[in-house]
Amino acid sequence: MSTTDSELPPAPPPESPTDAPLTPGTSMAVRFAAYGRTALFTVLAIVTALLLGALVIIFSDPDALGAWSSFFSDPGEALSTSWQVAFDSYEALFDSSFGEFDAINRTLVEATPLLFGGLSVALAFRAGLFNIGGAGQVMVGASAAAWAGLTLDLPAVIHLPVALLAGFAGGMLWGGIAGFLKARTGAHEVITTIMLNFIALRFLDYLLTTDRFQRPGRNDPLSRPMAESARLPELPGPVPAHLGLLLALAATFGVWWLLERSTIGFRMRAVGTNPDAARTAGMSVGATYVLAMALAGGLAGLAGTSNLLGRPSFSLSGGFYESIGFDAIALALVGRSKPGGVLGAAVLFGALRSGSTGMQAATQTPVDIIVVIQALIILFVAAPRIVEAIWRVRARELTDAPQFTSGWGGS
Amino acid sequence: MRVEIDGITKRFPGVLAVDDVSVTFEPGEVHALLGENGAGKSTLMNLLFGLHEPDSGVLRIDGRDVHFHGPSDAIAAGIGMVHQHFKLVPVFTVAENVMLGVEETIRGFLDRRAARARVAELSERYGLKVDPGAVVEDLPVGIQQRVEIIKALYRDAQCLILDEATAVLTPPEIEDLLEIVAQLRDDGRAIVFISHKLREVMAAADKITVLRRGRVVGSTTPARSSPGELASMMVGRDIDLTVTKAPATPAGAVLELAGVTVLGEHDKPVVDEVTFDVRAGEILAVAGVSGNGQTELVQAITGLRVPAAGTIALNGTDLTHKSVADRFERGLAHVPEDRQRDGLVGPFPVRDNLVLNLWRRRPFARGVRIDRRAIRENADALIEQFDIRTSSIYAASETLSGGNQQKVIIAREFTKQAKLLVLSQPTRGLDVGSIKYIHTRVVEQRDAGCAVLLVSYELDEVLALADRVAVMCEGRVLGVLEGEELTRDRIGLLMAGTVLPQDAA
Ligand SMILES: Nc1ncnc2c1ncn2[C@@H]1O[C@H](COP(=O)(O)OP(=O)(O)OP(=O)(O)O)[C@@H](O)[C@H]1O
Ligand SMILES: [Mg+2]
Repeated sequence: MSTTDSELPPAPPPESPTDAPLTPGTSMAVRFAAYGRTALFTVLAIVTALLLGALVIIFSDPDALGAWSSFFSDPGEALSTSWQVAFDSYEALFDSSFGEFDAINRTLVEATPLLFGGLSVALAFRAGLFNIGGAGQVMVGASAAAWAGLTLDLPAVIHLPVALLAGFAGGMLWGGIAGFLKARTGAHEVITTIMLNFIALRFLDYLLTTDRFQRPGRNDPLSRPMAESARLPELPGPVPAHLGLLLALAATFGVWWLLERSTIGFRMRAVGTNPDAARTAGMSVGATYVLAMALAGGLAGLAGTSNLLGRPSFSLSGGFYESIGFDAIALALVGRSKPGGVLGAAVLFGALRSGSTGMQAATQTPVDIIVVIQALIILFVAAPRIVEAIWRVRARELTDAPQFTSGWGGS
Repeated sequence: MRVEIDGITKRFPGVLAVDDVSVTFEPGEVHALLGENGAGKSTLMNLLFGLHEPDSGVLRIDGRDVHFHGPSDAIAAGIGMVHQHFKLVPVFTVAENVMLGVEETIRGFLDRRAARARVAELSERYGLKVDPGAVVEDLPVGIQQRVEIIKALYRDAQCLILDEATAVLTPPEIEDLLEIVAQLRDDGRAIVFISHKLREVMAAADKITVLRRGRVVGSTTPARSSPGELASMMVGRDIDLTVTKAPATPAGAVLELAGVTVLGEHDKPVVDEVTFDVRAGEILAVAGVSGNGQTELVQAITGLRVPAAGTIALNGTDLTHKSVADRFERGLAHVPEDRQRDGLVGPFPVRDNLVLNLWRRRPFARGVRIDRRAIRENADALIEQFDIRTSSIYAASETLSGGNQQKVIIAREFTKQAKLLVLSQPTRGLDVGSIKYIHTRVVEQRDAGCAVLLVSYELDEVLALADRVAVMCEGRVLGVLEGEELTRDRIGLLMAGTVLPQDAA
């Protein structure tokens, strides 16, 4: 028997140095181990999604399928054709998203509104709120910006900031309403934001029938073009994008600073993680909800506004804005609700979008494959156990990352 | 079933939580594990229950090596665990909770009747007195715990782990539990019993193993060692557990309660016209069986619940309708009863939890900017001063052992120069050394002129600390005792609701 069954020593020996189980100098390791694992898992999720995506590409390609049908007579051919098909598609995807300045430009322009939207969902989520209302906030924000861009007559140095502020304020209002309803009545933000999305959609439909907004001579809901003085200018250099990109990067930094370095963020994170303890510590949970939803709404408003004012081909219209709101949720999920992560996710998703058309043109791989890959990334990020099983790494210690799946317990 | 732990080691980032531990749990034996907070007791049990995997060493059941990859493996092998925090579905009935995960079905339908019958049978056999049809959220804590025990027995656990099972129970509930434990033992099961209360351990255990800093430092039996010897073995040096305190020299009233009434469900008063003062420089304890309105009274005082009637004043200012934050500004410090729910943000680092309700004040905040350096220095100082065992100031608070989590809260509240210190169950789950340490600090706060309101369900704690005792029963303060009247019997009588003529308030 291996148990210690020694007689109790009358006076235990004084503490020996070997007693100390704490290894010094590990605080940094403790601090960064969790981040490292989270990053590793996200990368593995993306890699897994790309590998599975490759299978889908292969099995939707006539040449590769042909080679597989004669697999038993010529297995080498099947494998090499498959490899070639998948490789070519991904190469084309990469070339047309990062391969040249023009491609990078398209990627970044796509990424800009995604970044604002992702930050919006991430910020709310860190305060314990599930912002499904990005769509509505995008529409109301963009409508307010459009109003400023269409009706005011000001010099550019004033007009542009006013239009941006209007976009931010419009989104803030729409998000703030959901926050207020939650704080006051306990109405779950998932329900109220979905309702507010519908109201915003109808509101936008109505606006686009008014003379002030609707493009003259058109019957479909499409706004007049924005005044030049309210447009986001291009940046100097080989990758001009538009000023909105810089604003989105600044917002990324701003949200990070707010969450990690300010008293407001401290309060938001405390409320988001444990509202009971936050209340006991004297934090106003309701006021925090209102503020977080308002700021999240403002960021979503800027997502719509940056497209409206930054891309000449965009005008205020119904359909497009709806989609940013929902992509934003996916982005926040992949970015683990951290501003840096959201930035990475926005570039990734932007690249998938900007590269997809080029890929189809070069290799006949349908653009829809991008949707499949995005969905797979989201699936694997949301279900780390799958990644764990595939790559044989342990996810158990993954506690640091805010997980979306825990966001439904709202009170 | 004989469970053998052989040379098990478990390391967490920065901590060696369990260091080459070997111990055997024999069938028909209650084996107590003792050790300071953070000694590694829970970790060792989590390893046995498959919640962690050991870095090295083996587990053997009846001589055969076993490897658990999750609790389901451990359960299948006949190990059951009752956690300090129950894992029950509140809206399910007892029987539904018990069958969860091992549902018996007839053609795809749940066989509720069979489950109920089994639960009733088990309850009968061990005298657990649990109604299989009752909804869990309606049951008192003590009964919920028995549901957990039934859950384990339903899965035919031959080795049952009780991790600080008595910490949440009232004294009569504890006695019942110890009886149940004895029966299970006589049934031939191996019982692992973890508790910080030496008296319980002496009463319940057949064998005692003491852990210190992850290692087994000795093994004994209740017959061979006294509580004092056990305490010294846990701490590694001789310690004296009695707290010395001079008579109080109280000054003016700091907290004044007048006719405070709090309504609970169905508008029934749960706190009923409570009136008393706590003066600067004294410790007033509220004694009583848990669930007699103490929780609600503390919530009213700390601003978490609005009283239906009455006034609450702090240093002469009426605070009845002021916010929690306002009260903190005016010198309140609060150690809440449920530390994990109300006292800490679990995933936050220790550093941040040490300023959880100070974060907007200087020096921790400068405008809206957080001064991370001040927060870090504060954390370093408090960890040192209060001997909080953590791998670093950045470790998530929820990874600390139960007792060390409490020390984080104590450190935060005791260092903010409060005028009124409200302590709810401040030493629940703490080891004897830490209890003595905290009691000493409470007396120190008193002597520094702070008014201390202590709510405790432990009569020992009340008697050790209180200068005056207000006894609560069914929401009313039945009497305030002091001086000569402060005896176990007098308090006990009042707690049971018996008012002697001379006590009538
Ligand atoms: N998941 C974890 N991650 C990191 N460290 C941990 C984790 N769980 C426990 N620890 C550390 O391991 C050590 C032992 O903790 P454990 O909970 O086993 O102590 P304990 O003996 O049960 O104490 P208590 O009596 O206070 O409950 C502590 O230093 C604790 O901080
Ligand atoms: Mg423990």
